[in-house]
Formats: sequence, C-alpha cells, structure tokens
Amino acid sequence: MNLARRDILKLGLTGAALATLPIGVLVPDRSAHAAYPEAVFKEKDLDKALQDLFGTSDIPAGDIKIKAPDIAENGAVVPVSVSTSIGGVESITLLVKENPSPLVAHFELNPRADGYIATRIKMGKTSPVIAVVKADGKLYSASKTVKVTIGGCGG
Amino acid sequence: MAKNTIKVRAKIKGGKCVVKTLIKHPMETGLRKDKKTGKKIPAHFIKEVVCEHNGEKVCVANWGVAISKNPYLSFRFSGANKGDTIKIAWTDNKGDSDSIEATVS
Repeated sequence: MNLARRDILKLGLTGAALATLPIGVLVPDRSAHAAYPEAVFKEKDLDKALQDLFGTSDIPAGDIKIKAPDIAENGAVVPVSVSTSIGGVESITLLVKENPSPLVAHFELNPRADGYIATRIKMGKTSPVIAVVKADGKLYSASKTVKVTIGGCGG
Repeated sequence: MAKNTIKVRAKIKGGKCVVKTLIKHPMETGLRKDKKTGKKIPAHFIKEVVCEHNGEKVCVANWGVAISKNPYLSFRFSGANKGDTIKIAWTDNKGDSDSIEATVS
C-alpha cells in the first residue's frame, strides 16, 4: 500500500489513475513499485539528487547505523551495511557524496522486511557515505566518512 | 539470457529470514578506459534486483554503477518458514537478466 502511495507521488497523473483502482488490484502488480530513477543516477550533485528523490535535501538525522570501514584500502569494494531501529521502513537509499554520481542504490522494502541492507559499493575517493531511510512517510538520514586510499572509479 | 550468475542463501535466524546473495556481473561504470586502446569501456551494470518470498516482493533494489563488481546483497525479513521459496531476479542496462529460486533453510 505504501508502494502504491509512492507511485502516486512519482508518476503524478498515471499514479492518480492507478489509485482509483482497488488496492487488491495494485498489490500483485509487478510494476507497482516505483520506477527506476534513471535521471537521479546520473545527477552529479548530492543535494540535487536528494531533492529529486525526496523533494528536499535537508533531512534530519535519525537512528540509523552505517557499518563501513573507517579506511577502505580498495575503493572498488567497500562493504557497507545500513541498519535502523526505526519502524515501518519503506526504503533505504545509499549515496556517496564525492562519487561522480552520488546516488549508489535505492532499496524498496516490503513492510515485512527489516530496516537492514548490506552490500558492497565503489568509492572514487574519501567521502561521506550517506544513508537515507524513509519510514512511515518520514525521512531520516545518517552519514559516515570512509577514507579511501585507492579509488574504485579510475582505470 | 545470462545463466548461473546468482548464488543465494536464505536461512531462518532468530525468527527472521536472512537472505544473502552474490551475483556474477562486471558492473562496468562507463567511466573506465581500456588501457590498450584508450577507449572508454561502455557501462554495463545491474539496474534492478527483485527479491520475492513466495511470490511477494520483499526487497526491490535499484542500482547504479557504483555497486561493486560481482554484487553482494543481504537483507532480512519476517514471516518466512523453512521450505518457503525465495526468488532473486536481476536485469541490467543491456536488457540481460537472470533469476534463481532457492528454498529457505
């Protein structure tokens, strides 16, 4: 249901048309989750990327833990995990401020899923890693700086 | 269509299902240059990973080029039992895809 609501925001008219359908029709629909944010993945400015994704770049800090190394020897493979105790998590977004394009990944979570994601990311250079959690329609963020000694984006 | 690119483990731990998956994929950023020819290597990366439990989506990942080569993804969810089916499917920017089904243990 939350997924449907997000669609309405993102897709505007299309979403509004879908919203008139009974929820039971929407849930099993494979395309019910938000569309791939193609343009945001190309955005080069962190604040703009946040603005495009969430409508604001001013996101308050929340109870989110980012587990990542203080110093990454190899920027091509930086293990990062995000966990939060906030309930009703709808999505987790990972961004690296100094990467050529800050948006790294966006995870849409089912209400049954925990506020937890672990993956491995590339970092061009030393930068804050930012996690944005959307829970019950509210936004929370956290940041942790990872020092990179060898970049992951060069040849 | 790519084949045998996904490894997945789904285990019940502390009442929750912990899913860990590894995908074999180059995850080319499109920024790297081929050292011999000096030409840019075109971007080739996974855009979407859909994880389903008994046919219901539990986690949908939208990825950009900054996910490491041979991506790793782990997440947890509740409401799963031993013997349930977990399906992982990915699609990349060239339209290639693969999927796998695993049983929760």
